[in-house]
Amino acid sequence: MIRLSSHSSTSTVGDVVLELSEVSKSFGAVRALRNGELTLRAGSIHALMGENGAGKSTIVKIIAGLYHRDAGSFTLDGTEVDFRSTAESKNAGIAVIYQEPTLFPDLSVTENIFMGRQPMKSWGRIDRAAMRKHAQELFSRLDVHIDPDRPAQGLSIADQQIIEVAKAMSLDAKVLVMDEPTAALSLAEVDRLFAIARALRDEGRALLFISHRFEEVYALCDTVTVMRDGEYISTDPIDETDVPSLVRKMVGRDVASLFPKEEATIGDVALEVRNLNSTGTFHDISFTVRAGEIVGLAGLVGAGRSEVARAIFGVDNYDSGHVSVYGESVPRKNTAAAMKLGVALVPEDRRQQGLILDFGVARNLTLSICRGLARFGLLSSKAENLAADGWAQRLQVKSHSLATAAGTLSGGNQQKIVLAKWLAAQPRILIVDEPTRGIDVGTKAEVHRMLSQLAGQGLAILMVSSELPEVLGMADRVLVMREGRITSEIPRAEATAETVMFAATHDRQQVLAATNVMEPTQ
Amino acid sequence: MTDSSTSLQAAPYRSQSYPYYSSPAWKRFFLTREFAVVIALIIVAAVASMSIRKFSSPLTLGYLLLDVTPILLIALPMALILISAEIDLSVASIVGLSNVTLGALFDAGWPIELAALAALVLGIVCGAINGFLVTVVGLPSLAVTIGTLALFRGIAVGILGTRSVVNFPEYWTTLTTSVFGKSGIPYVMVLVVVLALAFVLLLHFTPFGRGIFAIGRNREVAAFSGVKVQRTKFILFVLSGLVAALAGIYFTFRYGSARGDNAQGLELTVIAAVLLGGVSIFGGKGALHGVLAGVLLIGTLQSALRFVNVTSDVINIIVGALLVASIVSPSLLTWLKGKITRAAKEGTSKTPARHA
Repeated sequence: MIRLSSHSSTSTVGDVVLELSEVSKSFGAVRALRNGELTLRAGSIHALMGENGAGKSTIVKIIAGLYHRDAGSFTLDGTEVDFRSTAESKNAGIAVIYQEPTLFPDLSVTENIFMGRQPMKSWGRIDRAAMRKHAQELFSRLDVHIDPDRPAQGLSIADQQIIEVAKAMSLDAKVLVMDEPTAALSLAEVDRLFAIARALRDEGRALLFISHRFEEVYALCDTVTVMRDGEYISTDPIDETDVPSLVRKMVGRDVASLFPKEEATIGDVALEVRNLNSTGTFHDISFTVRAGEIVGLAGLVGAGRSEVARAIFGVDNYDSGHVSVYGESVPRKNTAAAMKLGVALVPEDRRQQGLILDFGVARNLTLSICRGLARFGLLSSKAENLAADGWAQRLQVKSHSLATAAGTLSGGNQQKIVLAKWLAAQPRILIVDEPTRGIDVGTKAEVHRMLSQLAGQGLAILMVSSELPEVLGMADRVLVMREGRITSEIPRAEATAETVMFAATHDRQQVLAATNVMEPTQ
Repeated sequence: MTDSSTSLQAAPYRSQSYPYYSSPAWKRFFLTREFAVVIALIIVAAVASMSIRKFSSPLTLGYLLLDVTPILLIALPMALILISAEIDLSVASIVGLSNVTLGALFDAGWPIELAALAALVLGIVCGAINGFLVTVVGLPSLAVTIGTLALFRGIAVGILGTRSVVNFPEYWTTLTTSVFGKSGIPYVMVLVVVLALAFVLLLHFTPFGRGIFAIGRNREVAAFSGVKVQRTKFILFVLSGLVAALAGIYFTFRYGSARGDNAQGLELTVIAAVLLGGVSIFGGKGALHGVLAGVLLIGTLQSALRFVNVTSDVINIIVGALLVASIVSPSLLTWLKGKITRAAKEGTSKTPARHA
């Protein structure tokens, strides 16, 4: 076993705070969790890893009091607990921070932190001054600058999470669970969250961190527990593991490579974008993508990458500029015309843009191609199912039937359906926006292999991605956007975490943050 | 994953690797909200014809069908609009406007056929105004059609004032109310059946119809999948205007009169029937056989109650209660189901706990 450079924690790991042993949970015939094991210690950040469906969320929900275990023991500070509601778990000192916090948008930041337990004055009046002062103290302890009087509406997801952390601190939570908190965060925000997490650890709290990203787990955590198919697999100090061994435990077999980049012959210019402008979102965007080429479009969240992708595909309008596909110009704001010219867009948010969650697999798969399946203008379920069957099979979608609602499948399978939906349209240019966000390692590698093969067959691919390892691993060329402009174009050979991050931010501090987060896996 | 698995060529697979449906065909057809409405219709019709003397006569059937025809017609496009998560409250006003236009033009000496054509064109224009305000200007259809409900009605009343036009050509009025032999089924049902078939095909068997469902479920996904969201909605409002105008012409010949306040309040009956038929007020859900059954259920119930001299106030109360019950029942059923499974689980989970 290869030892990675040590990231030993400065604090000493303390007593066991929370312990789950032989915990199981079933939903009807489905056993979501069998003999779940987890031991959290004070002053430690514990990582929980596993593919989608491994049982991580079930464990989190049991800890949070949302689910009640069927069997097994759950102790907090050595005493057996039996939470019947989230309120009970909260009162016992457990705080859970979800990927997308749910704050009351119209209430102020302060009011959100103290919701339900506001400090009181006589006659049942809320002591606003005390509340506000307390909120400010929390923020200064966390070293963040959020105006406590502003409404929660419009706060970034990162800031919303910080407010959840502040809420946890005001409750003096002993255990802090963070369920994929970094999925929608930029690198700088991840760095800030990590600094806060380390501070909380040093105060002697126990943290549970759930993430799909190895670089983050290695940068932050000291212990890692792996789960697979609802079962506990192992718990190890992080220094005694490496990425390949963790992947093997998570997937249950060897994954050849996360980034199986094939050499492809680069052909003619497939997509040409010239001087594209949209006031307030992006400016003067010009680039080309050639057949067989994967072009990465990197940058921070909010740099305007998705907006460019949407404009090319015709979902959004733009003010001036020109888009052409193999020399034919693509009309503005006309998705159907773009599709006819062979452009396909796999959108960034599969639950809001890619899939109709309560439609079945087949209906989702054929939504983009049903015009082609119709005979004399009429559709038959048979034709739809046949086409859907072929594509679902090719992408190895796991589903009970073609009528199963897409929303009930795992994130990885949902993403496969979105990809299948667009591959079925037989595009010449495939734009993928965050193609592997929130999906498990095994599926991630499959998606990457597929993109690579498609490029090998002459497809031109534009890949928008916030995951640096993905951009560096897959792209033939990297375009970097910053504040609505393309700031640099980096060929594969010269693309590194530093060059891309510097182009994305023009900020040394950010580059440092990026290399901090990235380094352990390289 | 094999190399061929991601080929961009057309599907070479002809073998089936997934079950197409998660439940057998009879379950998918019979255990649905729509079929429950059909059953309710059959029960109401059976009980009424057994317990009320002369209810099952061809004469009653004929009148019943003549009465529900405008609702049946307008319910077809209304169902599509509701499934696309919009609403059209102006339909009754378009019926009135079409009725008045036909009357006024006929009164002014136009040939009746030409006047009817003008009424249809006016219906299309009304629908296009709604569609324009909803899709191009981007206003919510609820607000737009509340506005045009008043606007179109106002114009209709303005055209004829307190006058009413009668004396329409007997050929047309007789034709409209004539029935096939002794069956009691009016000629106009041919028109209803043809339109219903056309709408069934449009909604359930065309890419356009798939688009309507997709828009109703998630407008953004629809837009990202190449569905022309605004154009689809515009077409639906125009169709609604056209069919409402057609219903207005029917109304004119059926009752032989044109008045500014004809068909007032009809939109609520139509929407109630469509919702009763299983179309979701939130969009994305529904089927036309349920809608047709819903309209006939309300029609039969009203007719039967009138037969036994129940006053119209009481009929309204009963129909309203039925509608509320039909909307509440799905959530009530889910709640009950959850209760039962939870109770069952508590029962089973206690057993292993004792062993532990």
